[in-house]
Amino acid sequence: MLKNLWTFLKSPNSAALWFILAIGFAGGVIFWGGFNTALEVTNTEEFCISCHEMENNVYEEYRETIHYANRSGVRATCPDCHVPKKWTDKIVRKIAASKEVWGKLTGLIDTREEFVNHRRSMAEREWKRMKENDSLECRNCHNFEYMDFSEQGNRSVKMHSDALASGEKTCIDCHKGIAHELPDMKGVEHW
Amino acid sequence: MKLLTLAIAVVSTVIVLSVTAQETVNPGGLATIRGVATIDETRPAEKLKRVIKDKNPIARNYVHQPPVVPHQIRGYRVDLNSNKCLSCHSWKYAAETGATKISLTHFETRDGKTLSDVSPRRYFCSQCHVTQADAAPLVDNTFEPVESLGNE
Repeated sequence: MLKNLWTFLKSPNSAALWFILAIGFAGGVIFWGGFNTALEVTNTEEFCISCHEMENNVYEEYRETIHYANRSGVRATCPDCHVPKKWTDKIVRKIAASKEVWGKLTGLIDTREEFVNHRRSMAEREWKRMKENDSLECRNCHNFEYMDFSEQGNRSVKMHSDALASGEKTCIDCHKGIAHELPDMKGVEHW
Repeated sequence: MKLLTLAIAVVSTVIVLSVTAQETVNPGGLATIRGVATIDETRPAEKLKRVIKDKNPIARNYVHQPPVVPHQIRGYRVDLNSNKCLSCHSWKYAAETGATKISLTHFETRDGKTLSDVSPRRYFCSQCHVTQADAAPLVDNTFEPVESLGNE
């Protein structure tokens, strides 16, 4: 009796193979779904400002700007600008963010003073990222192809039809500090 | 005796209370160009005016008038860290951006020394240069803009 059971368990049979495949498939679906859901949770404004470093500094500053309050009621929240939409780019950014988790754990910008002291290097990192991807996060909403120059002011038309159209400049080259306060801009090009 | 003192105390308290109740407080309510408002009420704020979006330079009305700003400046910060105005109006970038250059008088200290960059006392642009909106004068006046400055 016991021996029979043992042989049954030991000998491969087709039912077990399908059973294992089904378990693997279901497990895969659950793992992948869970992973993506967790990833998306970290992509919400709520998650970002659950840390006081974000809520008391950058979020407070952002609340005064046009990407928070404007006439048409469209809002760009933290991940819209700071996390790429494409999956592979997003994962790359998320892995890079593990360094920021380390910063949180060690209390790198725990106080306002520390935050302000550190602002220039953090800002430069974001400017560099946006310069390298041709301000992709801006362009997710502000598409150059869809811009109506007749609706823009004289100054905007001049800049956009000249430097932006030729690809010589990208959004972040001129539009720095539109959602947060700026660091000391000494030595930054065009400031 | 004790009862008499008590009675007097009660009566005098009542008199004092009724006298103070009769005193009236002047609630204000002078008519000014801002309208009438009494001390005990808060008048609703005036509606915000819409700033001119983007226009060509506006002629000065009198000699030494700080030129007015013919465009919106929402979100343009001028502080210790950055000066958004100067990223177009400084001598370095004016030619490229087509903006009016700031006057060289802005490089002078109050002792008349000329510095190599904007003097701290002239750094805060919006202290003198202001945006424009379509707002009627609150008080009628007979001022005429100076013709020699390009006014019609």
